[in-house]
Amino acid sequence: MKHTVVALMQDHPGVLNRAVSLFRRRGFNIESMAVGHSETPGVSRMTLVVDAEDVEQVIKQLHRLIEVLKVSDVTGDPTVEREMALLKIHAPSARRAEIVALTTIYEAKIMDVGASTMIIEMTGAPSKVESFLEVIRPFGVKEMMRTGRIAMVRGAKTHQAPEEAVAPTHALANGMAKTRLSSEMPRTIERTKA
Amino acid sequence: MSETRSGAQIMCEALIREGVEVMFGIPGGAIMPFYYAMWDYRDRLRHVLCRHEQGAGHAAEGYARATGKVGVCIGTSGPGATNLVTPIADAMMDSTPLVAITGQVSSAVLGKDAFQETDITGITMPITKHNYLVKDVEELAYVFKEAFHIASTGRPGPVLIDVTKDAQQATTVPDWELPLNLPGYKPTYQGSTRQIREAIKLLMEAQKPLIMAGNGIIQSGAMEELRLLAERTGIPVITTLHGIGAFPEDHPLSIGMPGMHGWVHVNRAIQQCDVLFNIGGRFDDRVTGKASTFAPHAKIIHVDIDPAEIGKNVRVAVPIVGDARNVLLAMLEEMPSRDASEWMTEIRQMQDKHQHKQQYLNRPDTTQLMPHDVYAAMTRILNERGHYRVCTDVGQHQMWAAQLIDWRHPRTHITSGGAGTMGFAVPAAMGVAIAHPGDTVWAIAGDGGFQMTNQELATIMQEGIKNVKVAIVNNGYLGMVRQWQELFENKRYSGTPLSGPDFARLAEAYGVRGITVEKVEEVEEAIETAYAHDGPVVIDFRVEREVNVFPMVPVNKSIGDMILETPEPVKS
Repeated sequence: MKHTVVALMQDHPGVLNRAVSLFRRRGFNIESMAVGHSETPGVSRMTLVVDAEDVEQVIKQLHRLIEVLKVSDVTGDPTVEREMALLKIHAPSARRAEIVALTTIYEAKIMDVGASTMIIEMTGAPSKVESFLEVIRPFGVKEMMRTGRIAMVRGAKTHQAPEEAVAPTHALANGMAKTRLSSEMPRTIERTKA
Repeated sequence: MSETRSGAQIMCEALIREGVEVMFGIPGGAIMPFYYAMWDYRDRLRHVLCRHEQGAGHAAEGYARATGKVGVCIGTSGPGATNLVTPIADAMMDSTPLVAITGQVSSAVLGKDAFQETDITGITMPITKHNYLVKDVEELAYVFKEAFHIASTGRPGPVLIDVTKDAQQATTVPDWELPLNLPGYKPTYQGSTRQIREAIKLLMEAQKPLIMAGNGIIQSGAMEELRLLAERTGIPVITTLHGIGAFPEDHPLSIGMPGMHGWVHVNRAIQQCDVLFNIGGRFDDRVTGKASTFAPHAKIIHVDIDPAEIGKNVRVAVPIVGDARNVLLAMLEEMPSRDASEWMTEIRQMQDKHQHKQQYLNRPDTTQLMPHDVYAAMTRILNERGHYRVCTDVGQHQMWAAQLIDWRHPRTHITSGGAGTMGFAVPAAMGVAIAHPGDTVWAIAGDGGFQMTNQELATIMQEGIKNVKVAIVNNGYLGMVRQWQELFENKRYSGTPLSGPDFARLAEAYGVRGITVEKVEEVEEAIETAYAHDGPVVIDFRVEREVNVFPMVPVNKSIGDMILETPEPVKS
């Protein structure tokens, strides 16, 4: 069964490695992973899709990581899920009209047109991206990049870091101590140095 | 008041601030600045130079397990750091508070395969509670504070701090006052009141309740609370391998150890009980046997400070996340008294039927020295003299020690349980001996494990440690593996017969008193001589070679299916 796991973690070197390593330890293959800044400075949000029967223990172990703030398995929750794919399609002038027609139907965007290729950006629910891929594949996909799935729970329910995490997080251990600390924490290295 | 300090000086002062008195380590290129600074603090920070980093790690573990304080070990980069991997993994499995400090090559050459460079933070990521790579001197004071906090709070565990050489050499004015900022680390210490009430209800309704006491009782110092609860309810108490000492075995409610080499009556009681109250144990597979068959009639109440442990191996009816002592205190507030004497009588009847302890202690009719002769004499003398701590290694001798010695006090039985690290006993005993100079510290090891780390005898001599006495239960085999080969692999003794030097002479070469014992009647005298000798002693007990540990649950069998003796060979 496919599980979509969303985790909030402090933006530190190595934290992704720690998280992913827990899946590796079990021999679980990660299908996709999307990581980036969250609404809170210093906190990253990761959406990870894994095909495994029993992810409960891994989720508990993710929780146990010092730098992980929150973990949820949103598999059963109503979510908005999105994924983006960039596709370089074999597009000789004779076939362009067909490709353009399909991109219009799927609300995809043409980002680049070359002598014999086009780059198409397809954003949507993962199932829609898959479906577009199927119809476009016969034209010849020369290159494909996918961002992996991101998922947000519908409605008022939020998946946010606990209050304290909003404060400058673990400022010293992330190599950005000086910039981060100077404005936000009074007792800083900057001051003691001065 | 703060003045400019080098990174290495900050490391020393941080250790002193954390209350560290002793560290075990070996210097090398990348950690030299730390050793340079250490010289100025040598009146406050004792450094014990070990012979191998594995020994340093186990010594720090022994110190930690015997005191509850954080053990500290040190290695240089590369091989120094990788040699610490085994004790770090061991500490992870047994929830031992440990801080491992390693030197790292300078940040300028980091990642460039510099001499003695190893990615030790990468290597130890899955076997530490947390780890740090420190490249900036500004981070040191804070990182040390955080590392000790993480190692010693919640579920304790090992933390590694890898410090680049240039960070040790650079200078700054350290800020010791930075507050801890760990938004993702909030251990739960208080159990949920609702769950605690649910647990009380189950325990009151149960006909056949059992308490299982694990390492968490000792780690949280809940021995007294456990005793009060047991006495108020009359519920029989099981102590797991790491729970040994959590509840005195001479207490009328103590029934002993469960699991692979636990007692028959304990395992049968588990299979019959209707409520199993596990406090601070993690249902290791050596306790449960085949987990799906474990305690089939029981509603399980599981108290653990680590939520990831609950429901991991067995289904749990009432999960309680919290510190064992706090949970027990809360339970004592509301727990009514009850009676479980009928059930206790039932268990004692089972015990009388399968009294292996007595069988062991009544030696078989042979002139050969049996392992049990050693334990019988040792138990008698330990009880008589008191003030003892015992570190065991891994294998047959370890199980015999757990079974046969009368354990009464917390932190007196120190062994490698989860990881099962051979070579643990001698260096761990060294750490325990430093922590408790007034106690006699016995290292009981097999001839296999002893030969893995016996070089630490040199450390023991150099440090003038007198209260370590080593007992080698020498059967010329890697005995536990041999036992499995005998019982399940038709005596195919592949890779298990083991030779060794004359251990007494080896000991003497180190300046340690060496004694060889080959006869039953020499056992007590040898142990008494070890006590009388004002210094470390090694006794080589040359025991009957092919003796098995019983009872035994074969791997992945139900704990209800125990083997009680070596089956008679089938005659064709």
